[in-house]
Amino acid sequence: MTHAAAVMRSPAGRELGAGVYNEKLGIWVFLGSEVMFFTALIGSYIILRFANPGAFAHPGTVLNIPVTATNTFLLICSSVTMVKAFAAANMGDMAKMKLYLVATTLIGAAFVGVQIYEYTHLIHAGFLPSGIREGSELAELAAAGELGLGTADPAVAGVYGSSFYTMTGFHGFHVTCGVVCLAYLSINAFRGKYTQADHRGIEVVGLYWHFVDLVWIILFTIVYLV
Amino acid sequence: MTTAAADAHELSFVRKYIFSTDHKIIGIQFLLMSLVFLFVGGLLAMLVRWQQGFPNEPIPGGGVLPETMAPGGILLPEFYNSLVTMHGTFMVFFAIMPLLVGVFGNYLIPLKIGAPDMAFPRLNMWSFWIAVPAGTLMLAGFFVEGGHAAAGWTSYAPLSAVSEYSGVSAGQKIWLLSIAILGLSSILGATNYITTVVNLRAPGMTWFRLPLSIWALFITAILVLLAIPILSGAAIMLFFDQTLGTHFFDATGGGQPLLWQHLFWYFGHPEVYILILPAMGMVSDIIANGSRKPVFGYHSMVYAIIAIAFLGWIVWGHHMFQSGMNPTLGTGFMISTLLIAVPSAIKVFNWMGTMWEGNLRFHVPMLHGIAFVTMFVIGGLSGIFMASTPVDIYIHDTYFIVAHIHYVLFGGSLFAIFGAVTFWYPKMFGRLMNPFWGKVHWALTFVFFNCTFFPMHTLGVYGHMRRIYDPTQYEFLKPLMGLNKFITISALLLFASQIIFVVNFVWGWFWGAKAGNNPWEDNGLEWTLPSPPAHGNFATVPIVHHGPYEFSAPGVTEDYLPQNHPPLQVGAGKEGR
Repeated sequence: MTHAAAVMRSPAGRELGAGVYNEKLGIWVFLGSEVMFFTALIGSYIILRFANPGAFAHPGTVLNIPVTATNTFLLICSSVTMVKAFAAANMGDMAKMKLYLVATTLIGAAFVGVQIYEYTHLIHAGFLPSGIREGSELAELAAAGELGLGTADPAVAGVYGSSFYTMTGFHGFHVTCGVVCLAYLSINAFRGKYTQADHRGIEVVGLYWHFVDLVWIILFTIVYLV
Repeated sequence: MTTAAADAHELSFVRKYIFSTDHKIIGIQFLLMSLVFLFVGGLLAMLVRWQQGFPNEPIPGGGVLPETMAPGGILLPEFYNSLVTMHGTFMVFFAIMPLLVGVFGNYLIPLKIGAPDMAFPRLNMWSFWIAVPAGTLMLAGFFVEGGHAAAGWTSYAPLSAVSEYSGVSAGQKIWLLSIAILGLSSILGATNYITTVVNLRAPGMTWFRLPLSIWALFITAILVLLAIPILSGAAIMLFFDQTLGTHFFDATGGGQPLLWQHLFWYFGHPEVYILILPAMGMVSDIIANGSRKPVFGYHSMVYAIIAIAFLGWIVWGHHMFQSGMNPTLGTGFMISTLLIAVPSAIKVFNWMGTMWEGNLRFHVPMLHGIAFVTMFVIGGLSGIFMASTPVDIYIHDTYFIVAHIHYVLFGGSLFAIFGAVTFWYPKMFGRLMNPFWGKVHWALTFVFFNCTFFPMHTLGVYGHMRRIYDPTQYEFLKPLMGLNKFITISALLLFASQIIFVVNFVWGWFWGAKAGNNPWEDNGLEWTLPSPPAHGNFATVPIVHHGPYEFSAPGVTEDYLPQNHPPLQVGAGKEGR
């Protein structure tokens, strides 16, 4: 459906390319690099968890699954609004495109907000990147065996905190970058930069946004649910 | 695109030479930056060599170093560790890698495929201006409390993860931060290269008409794109271990020190090919030119590049035979590593096949190209020693590996870089380097290189540890001191020989003979343009009619046929693949 834009962009006589415009090809290539970055983080998490299963608490004991499930739902919704914005641009319905772009930006920002709330709450309860803080609420639960750790010593949960904060933190960083890009798109949209024929920015940021969404679904499953 | 050339005159000095979006200027910026780091890395190596050849003797002129590095001109052991670490770091990340990928990726890709510029010129500018602060940060590490990173260029945990173990705190953090920043620069560059090669090829420039240099740079860009983020991720995790108190690589909090080695080498082995594939590609171009013959087995060269790049992903364990590994897994890694010898040998035989019965022209780039092939053979063969687990267990972490890495990275990559710099210098600056002094530089470098690094194989087999501070502390290493002194003197002469290159480089820029469009009588599209080409490269989009190696084609008066020339009657049979 982006064929019109692709043809318009391909410079005269250069019929050898991939058939998509540079920005679209470029973002796909860049996402390949992003996949490898998250592979390093997720792969390390898998190895650390298999090597030291006792360091990881039972699902739902430290992390709040209902809150994060709601947040996950929000992020999936933002992917839907992103597609809606792109579809509206393809149809030439600029008012709808602006509406959906703003909606996507706001939902993305809301996701980051919920994540900040979650972090504050967890740190307050004693869950840190270095493990469970001694004397905290969680340390008492751990000592009572409520968290399902392999040992009563909360210091062993070091890698749990390390991998949780690094993976979700870098995902949150990516969402934040996405929100900044979406805000930029929205401003451009209100300035009338996008037309039915050329709205490459929306497609390119959209691809990035769906990627970030997909990574979250994987992270939510392996960090919170399993 | 014709307007781009006209626009060039309206740009201010800053936009034209500092924050330029012209891929040629960015390539030259990368060249100057990485030559500075090559010099810095070489200087550090000289200090390392001095300590090995003349342990505990004051360095001549070493008094300028502060008390925290070398009191009385004698290197401190802590500083020696930093020197070894930073020599490797600068050479790999800030000299060889940008020289191959940053310089020639930028300079050659658009010119050789007939494009006006990179797909994303502004992103290209960013990739250079992200690399500069990374390099500055890395240099600054020498001047912080506790000294620079000292855990080796591989930064093995837990030595690198826990500051108390090495006594280095700020230096290691700076190292990790700089590597992560440089990684971003590399990823942006690789995205640009891949998009450019796929989307911006001139009409007629089909995949199998691409010069081998472009094939190699393209495959290398894919390796950079996929390998560097692994290092960035690992470096960030290690950085958090140092700053946020995480425990990824620290066993006391449930972490896995060995995980760092896996992540590092999962990046590190593709990195090895990032450092050699572009060299192979450019040497292929140079050898075809110097032999006045088409490259022997063009298609097999392409497939060999792809095979090496693919195999490079499944061999990382061969760096870890001594780290504690299931022997079955070790055997798997040994077999996959030995397999790489096959495509490598294909390339070596093809280079020899190219030169065979050629009408050889021993210009300076060609001499460097031949040096590359011969040195790569030695480095490749010693690689087979390391790849075989039983042999590796004996020579692991000795000077044998130092000899091997320098035969492939200096004897291999750096000779190719010298060849490529001298080959494309006239296109970059419009003038030629002095050929006589170029040959003198080549000959001295070749001789002193071998005098420096070949004896290291012997040291290694005798059990000389590679990162030892003072070899005289062991009785069994004392008989090797004569050899160590010989190596040090050769290394100093090798370093001194590079002055010829620097002087020639600077001299040629201002006073070299005017080069003309095509001084080497080559076929690449860049040689159809004036030297240096204008911003925007091609006034009209070139039409490509055949591959890049149509040397001595029948029916052509000259012994070369540029890629945009229509094939002449008899030579027509060779076109169209």
